[in-house]
Amino acid sequence: MGATKAQAFEQAAMALTAVVSDPGAVQPRTAVAIRCRAPDDELLLAEWLNGVIYQMAVRNMLFSRFEVRLDDGQLQGVAWGEGVDVGRHHPAVEIKGATYTALRVAREADGWLAQTVLDV
Amino acid sequence: MELDLFARRSDYQWEIPPHGAMRVPGVIYADETLIRAMDHKVYEQTVNVACLPGIVRAAYVMPDAHWGYGFPIGGVAAFDPDEGGVVSAGGVGFDISCGVRCLHTGLTRDDILRVQKPLADRLFQCIPAGVGSSGAIRLDSQEMDAMLAGGAKWAVERGWGEPADLERIEEGGRMKGARPAAVSQQAKKRQRDEMGTLGSGNHYLEIQEVVAIYDRPAAAAFGLIEGATVIMIHCGSRGLGHQIGTEFLKQMAITAAEHGIALPDRELACAPIRSPLGETYLGAMRAGINCALANRQILTQLVRQVFAELLPAARLSLLYDVSHNTCKVETHQVDGRMRELYVHRKGATRAFGPGHPDLPETLRASGQPVLIGGSMGTGSYILRGCETAEALAFASACHGAGRAMSRHRAQHTWHGRQVIDDLAARGILIRSPTQRGVAEEAPDAYKDVGAVVDAAEAAGLARKVARVAPLICVKG
Repeated sequence: MGATKAQAFEQAAMALTAVVSDPGAVQPRTAVAIRCRAPDDELLLAEWLNGVIYQMAVRNMLFSRFEVRLDDGQLQGVAWGEGVDVGRHHPAVEIKGATYTALRVAREADGWLAQTVLDV
Repeated sequence: MELDLFARRSDYQWEIPPHGAMRVPGVIYADETLIRAMDHKVYEQTVNVACLPGIVRAAYVMPDAHWGYGFPIGGVAAFDPDEGGVVSAGGVGFDISCGVRCLHTGLTRDDILRVQKPLADRLFQCIPAGVGSSGAIRLDSQEMDAMLAGGAKWAVERGWGEPADLERIEEGGRMKGARPAAVSQQAKKRQRDEMGTLGSGNHYLEIQEVVAIYDRPAAAAFGLIEGATVIMIHCGSRGLGHQIGTEFLKQMAITAAEHGIALPDRELACAPIRSPLGETYLGAMRAGINCALANRQILTQLVRQVFAELLPAARLSLLYDVSHNTCKVETHQVDGRMRELYVHRKGATRAFGPGHPDLPETLRASGQPVLIGGSMGTGSYILRGCETAEALAFASACHGAGRAMSRHRAQHTWHGRQVIDDLAARGILIRSPTQRGVAEEAPDAYKDVGAVVDAAEAAGLARKVARVAPLICVKG
């Protein structure tokens, strides 16, 4: 959930990190830019999360701070994090991908919702 | 699920009659207890699969089914390209060709127990496992493509194994029709450090003891006797497969409408088999299968190296290697004629019966070994394909125990250290880089694998041959 759609996307990425590790234990030392586009909000959410998953995999990093800007089906994001330290992060599981199951981006009474199910 | 949703065809066969946009019935194989315990989403997802174009006979569901992504986990569906049939990236899943390999050791339980602790420690040192682990092999662009085209056969040619291994792997260790050029550079980059790695989650390597034999002639054909030990490796196509799944899921979701396909659920994203996108996906997905076969082959050789150090009398030969997340072209008899179908198995194991021409000569009389992974505390099963499964579910059976509890709930129910200590008290050594991961994989987070295989046998999907129980488990 977030006050804006962009904030909801940022919170969804934070929830993604929480599946693997405690986000509080991940230092936001290094910034990685992630750009993506999709024909609708829901596919854009999946694309954003899959962009984060890809960077986690190829850089062997965890992220704990996110910034998202949305503009007409395009997303410009930055993820801050650090290299995986097994002793400190105790990573539980790799994430294979963000699925389209229960994928939803919607404005609700108390803010924006951005949700999906991850395959681990 | 409520039983009144189904027409009961037998004690183990539950049918969802076609309604709405369903083109064929849904058929779930399970006993009453298992089907009652299944989430209602299994029903919804089975109905959705039954709506896809070109589906043949029925949308089938195995006894270990649970709520999946698009398809239920434990789903089997076959499509005919001549009737507008589709191939679905969601129907194969992210972990393309995830599967199980079983190796004989030639050693007894006592042989293993003499070195149980050092063996567990050495396997944990030598088998890269868990988040952020990397393998020792780096492939340049040319070798990456050779691996994607060659699978386990490529690995054996590079010294990772023995030629005799190949006949005990589905497809002879090499999936034909792979198109390395259809795999993106991103997917290849994601695989760069991951050749010969186990992964995480429910992936594992176990040393197991054969504790029960149910079918002596088949056990003899498989080389299984009580008190003997085997090795099971459960893993898949690693980052490369995950990225292929991610990319084609999106492309198929975006273009479904252009192909005239109304998706009941976006996760069922698919394309006509006879379309450029469908053909490209099939080429990439087959390359993903080869990546998984090569990965399990490399892991096999790493295990052989550890055994050569600590137990030089061991002779590690393959019993069999199965993949349970695939789409394969197979010939099946439907309505009295042989048809070439694209069979999706998502969390389901191919289970060819006796006499099938694709089985090696040494296994043709018994039927295909069907390897069913259980939880790290309860044990696993080795089944065999039987004649009845062809008509019931295109020669398919279950693949594992299936989760009974979410990871989140498991993490808040158990402590990893306690799970490890409890299992050690029962003689099972766990080695894992993550205690949280162990808690999420606690034995009681899974269904009773015994009930699943009993239902599979009673339904006629496969026959029980042996039960194996873990002595050592390396968990990713």
